[in-house]
Amino acid sequence: MKLFDLRSMPDFGLNWLEGSGPDSDIVLSTRVRLARNLQGYPFSVRAKAADRAAVLATVREVLERSGQLTDGVIVEIDRLGPREQQMLLERHLVSRELVRRDSGEAPSSSALIASMQKPIGLMINEEDHLRLQSLASGFSLRHTWQLVDSLDEDLGNELPYAFHHEFGHLTSCPTNCGTGLRASVLIHLPGLVLTKEIHKVLQGITQVGLTFRGLYGEGSEVVGNLFQVSNQTTLGKSEEDLVDHLQKIVGQVIEYERQARAVLLRDAPNVIEDKVWRAYGLLRHARSLAFDEMMNLLSGVRLGLSLKLLPAPSVYVLNRIMIYAQNAHLEEASAGTLSSSELDIQRAFHVRQALAEADSSAASRAD
Amino acid sequence: MLCDHCGQNEAEVHLTQIVDNEMTTVHLCPACAAEKGLDAGTAAKNLPLSDFLAQMGKAALAEEEASLIGPCSYCHTTVDDFRRTGRLGCPHCYSVFETQLRAILRRIHGSTSHMGKVYVPPTSEAAERSARLAGLRRKLQRAVEAEDFESAAVIRDQIREIEAAIER
Repeated sequence: MKLFDLRSMPDFGLNWLEGSGPDSDIVLSTRVRLARNLQGYPFSVRAKAADRAAVLATVREVLERSGQLTDGVIVEIDRLGPREQQMLLERHLVSRELVRRDSGEAPSSSALIASMQKPIGLMINEEDHLRLQSLASGFSLRHTWQLVDSLDEDLGNELPYAFHHEFGHLTSCPTNCGTGLRASVLIHLPGLVLTKEIHKVLQGITQVGLTFRGLYGEGSEVVGNLFQVSNQTTLGKSEEDLVDHLQKIVGQVIEYERQARAVLLRDAPNVIEDKVWRAYGLLRHARSLAFDEMMNLLSGVRLGLSLKLLPAPSVYVLNRIMIYAQNAHLEEASAGTLSSSELDIQRAFHVRQALAEADSSAASRAD
Repeated sequence: MLCDHCGQNEAEVHLTQIVDNEMTTVHLCPACAAEKGLDAGTAAKNLPLSDFLAQMGKAALAEEEASLIGPCSYCHTTVDDFRRTGRLGCPHCYSVFETQLRAILRRIHGSTSHMGKVYVPPTSEAAERSARLAGLRRKLQRAVEAEDFESAAVIRDQIREIEAAIER
């Protein structure tokens, strides 16, 4: 397993941006994770440095011996500077918990191991010892679940998981025990927001055992009409049932969103067309953009693309902007610390450039 | 808005359901909601777990009773720690706090029984090896921290021996 070096792998872990996969004009990405703990160690909150080191060493040894994730890289969090850690967070590759700092220092022996070829990997010494995860483009719950399940089978053959005959997999927080499975879908719902149907749909979602969060997961706010919908409970249902249920309900939400968009196009075509072109115009020309403002404008352009009101850019270009125009990425690109007004200026610059590039490559394809 | 069921009291519970692809919303007063088994206070809200546990703790457990349970003999987590953070300290805590946990799990998940895949632990030989390796690694770490490099070298050789045995 290679050591991670962001500079030699500038696009590390960003395959999920490609804008491919089913319903990728509405669903950005699908994630499935499994929480697992090893017998014989306290959970991460109670673990001493030696326990954490032993957990990491044990998992690495098993991966190497069993030939799992041989194409992977290992990212030891405490070897990274704060900016690189933040970049991993901005790429949705690690959780806040993994890079959380209580005493000003990154937690010891926390690591991300990720395959370079497939969208699969694991976080080590997060809230639970192991968080197996798969993150893929578009709406592909089956595929991501199968990837995680197969890694889990292989690791489980070698590692003594903490498992209880009644409560299932034991986790630090009882909200995760049982299957330890959390499946989530990052979904773009501007139609339902504009038609003011969104509250009903979100209420419906919580009534059927699902929950929603913002872009960065637990505790984060909803920006740019992006919602992360996931299963609320992990115990009392099989993994297949949890995944199928989410698949079915998200399928319905996609259907509602498409209906809402059709209504908007039917009842207010000029308003919608104006809105998406204005969003595009602002992104293309603004000289200063706050993150939330950018996300809302990107939402308009994304809607315009999906409704074929705008000829370009592609979903992929929008997804990339969403990642690369975040604070840590902008600082990395300009190789220095930026004040908040400088960040907004750099952000606008990055967006203009990315859209201009997309424009000219679209034009050259047309020639 | 009046309750859809009794038509007399003000509706406070708004239940949206998706049935056969159709979304319907029912508006109920608290009394009718309770009759239908809907608890407006807990079911629909996303309470932070620790608040929820604190409430649970008050209702389910008298203080003197709480002092009799735990702390976990393995990781020393107390009922109070658990209530405050919402986190358990180790797998053993699930046995120590089993009674409280059962109630909590039922509230969170609506169930206490794992219905998913049954995990089959590695063969006892592999598990034993793995446990020995883990123990040795902890010892190694302590020896290194104490700068006792002589012991560290011995422990490292023991680890290598086990690892070599696995490869054969």
